[in-house]
Amino acid sequence: MAIVFQKPKALTDAPLHYCPGCTHGIIHRLVAEAIDELGIEGKTVGVAPVGCAVMAYDYFACDMVEAAHGRAPAVATGLKRALPENIVFTYQGDGDLASIGMAETVHAATRGENITIIFVNNAIYGMTGGQMAPTSLPGQVTQTSPYGRDTATAGFPIRVSEMLATLDGPQYIERVAVNNVKNVNKAKKAIKKAFQNQVEGKGFSLIEVVSSCPTNWGMTPSKALQWVEEKMIPYYPLGVYKDRSAEKEGK
Amino acid sequence: MAKVTFNSDLCKGCGLCVDACPKKLIVLSKDKLNAKGHSPAEITDQEKCIACAFCATMCPDCVITVEK
Amino acid sequence: MGEKVLMKGNEAIAEAAIRAGCRHYFGYPITPQTELAAYMAKRMPKIGGVFLQAESEVAAINMVYGVAGTGKRVMTSSSSPGVSLKQEGISYIAGADLPALIINVQRGGPGLGGIQPSQSDYFQATKGGGHGDYRLIVLAPSSVQEMADLTAKAFDLSEKYLVPAMLLADGTMGQMMEPVDLSGISEPEKAEKPWAVTGTQCKRKHNIINSLYLVPEQLEQKNFERYERYKVIEENECLYESFMMDDADICVVAFGIAARVSKNAVVAARKEGIKVGLIRPITLWPFPKAPLAQAADKVKGFISVELSMGQMIEDVRLATECKKPVVLCNRTGGMIPTPEQVLESIRNMAKEGK
Repeated sequence: MAIVFQKPKALTDAPLHYCPGCTHGIIHRLVAEAIDELGIEGKTVGVAPVGCAVMAYDYFACDMVEAAHGRAPAVATGLKRALPENIVFTYQGDGDLASIGMAETVHAATRGENITIIFVNNAIYGMTGGQMAPTSLPGQVTQTSPYGRDTATAGFPIRVSEMLATLDGPQYIERVAVNNVKNVNKAKKAIKKAFQNQVEGKGFSLIEVVSSCPTNWGMTPSKALQWVEEKMIPYYPLGVYKDRSAEKEGK
Repeated sequence: MAKVTFNSDLCKGCGLCVDACPKKLIVLSKDKLNAKGHSPAEITDQEKCIACAFCATMCPDCVITVEK
Repeated sequence: MGEKVLMKGNEAIAEAAIRAGCRHYFGYPITPQTELAAYMAKRMPKIGGVFLQAESEVAAINMVYGVAGTGKRVMTSSSSPGVSLKQEGISYIAGADLPALIINVQRGGPGLGGIQPSQSDYFQATKGGGHGDYRLIVLAPSSVQEMADLTAKAFDLSEKYLVPAMLLADGTMGQMMEPVDLSGISEPEKAEKPWAVTGTQCKRKHNIINSLYLVPEQLEQKNFERYERYKVIEENECLYESFMMDDADICVVAFGIAARVSKNAVVAARKEGIKVGLIRPITLWPFPKAPLAQAADKVKGFISVELSMGQMIEDVRLATECKKPVVLCNRTGGMIPTPEQVLESIRNMAKEGK
């Protein structure tokens, strides 16, 4: 019998601490699958964020660095400049990347740092118990927007992929989702390409993964993925926002 | 002939595999609890499995191995 | 012996760092240390090094953290307000037990303060600065030659003990031009760094650079271990200069630019027949407690000369266990005490109890 599906080698055996049905686990696996398929585990250094994925350093089998909140792109810049032959990626949530770390994100992108960023957007701060995130939807109820996100006082959600795509620096920006099998497969392709780009020295790649947070959204895992489909994806449309190699080919 | 195996100790009973299975072959156990206190996912009819790996694709915890 | 060249303090730091093997520099523009970054921007690309102007001091120190994790020599430089911004990263570097060098060419504060020289970041540098239980190795140069020599020394100490080091200079030292001999500075032999993240090559378990310990017993243990290392540093690495202290009745304590001014005042006072000497801490942490404690048994008092409202004076009092009076002779806000002001302080102390 041939194996159709098993845990990738680039994940350690440590059981994930994430809540039941949290899609961080799927995204971790997709990153690990990309690392396995490209055969780069031995030369990869990952950067974990502050947030739910803070302990990602225990889950990825490659060398790992734990960064301060929002600083992963700066830490990754240091790593990549010191180790240009290695593969460097960050794994960050929406609070980390789009709020406290926005400056580091934008500037790593505009420098075209040859790194890969996996940006998990689930529209809430998970680790601290469900506060409003920069990507929380208008009207979304969170611990710090108990009457729903009021855009008059709390502003509007940030569409990171669209914003970064206006820069000349990035090589590749795509938004994917992990709410069903079809989208997970697309996400896998995008993540692998984001790593492949780095292997080929093409520069900055960021994959925004629209994700769920059943616990802090107060939904079952199944209902949360429906909410991704019905509420998140319409606000955060999936697709390629920038791909310089496609532009070159005149696509 | 397909074979799907669950590493039940890692299962958190989230049910995403239950939703994903096109043949509706997976259920959360009604009589078992794993070490973590979750009702683990299990397959009801191995014979009918088509090894599409949809369950494993949606599993956040790498619980499922699929063979064919 | 090498030839002496005339250099600005800021440039001497940069050239010394390069000669000491540093090939990674990250900074953000701020007065009065800009020559350092400009020097690096010019030199690094020519020698295969990295110069990167970061988007902020916060980003720069986190880039330093990244490189430090790979085990390569790395530094950043800034001035007081910028060093405040770096404190987050410095705390993480200390918490992850990584070597790195941070240069602070101090200017007056608080807030935006001014751009003139100051020593008012003494507390920040020597007492922690960022959050948590940690120390930096802090070196205070008082000549352009020392700007260079202590830069190289700071790298060595930082790597030996896996403790981030800070060179605490000031605007005067940064801008001052003096002859300097850099021939004694060279790259050390490559040491094994089994903790570094350079890729596992799939041959070892992964290394993790981290300062997170959610189990309090583990975090406490980590802090205990780190403080054991600090104890060794305190025992072995104290540096100070003792000037005319053999028969001194009065001890002036000063570092950096304040020590240069004080030395002139001590010489002038000696001409007036006052038995006064100077102890100049070169390491501010570890603070040279022993020579001060010894002096406390001999002298009638101490004068702490500082470009601040009195910060090091607290360490002088602690080191001498308040056995003798310690008075402050200071200017602040970018002003520098004159030798006459220090001399007046010395005279006043000499008069007391006669």
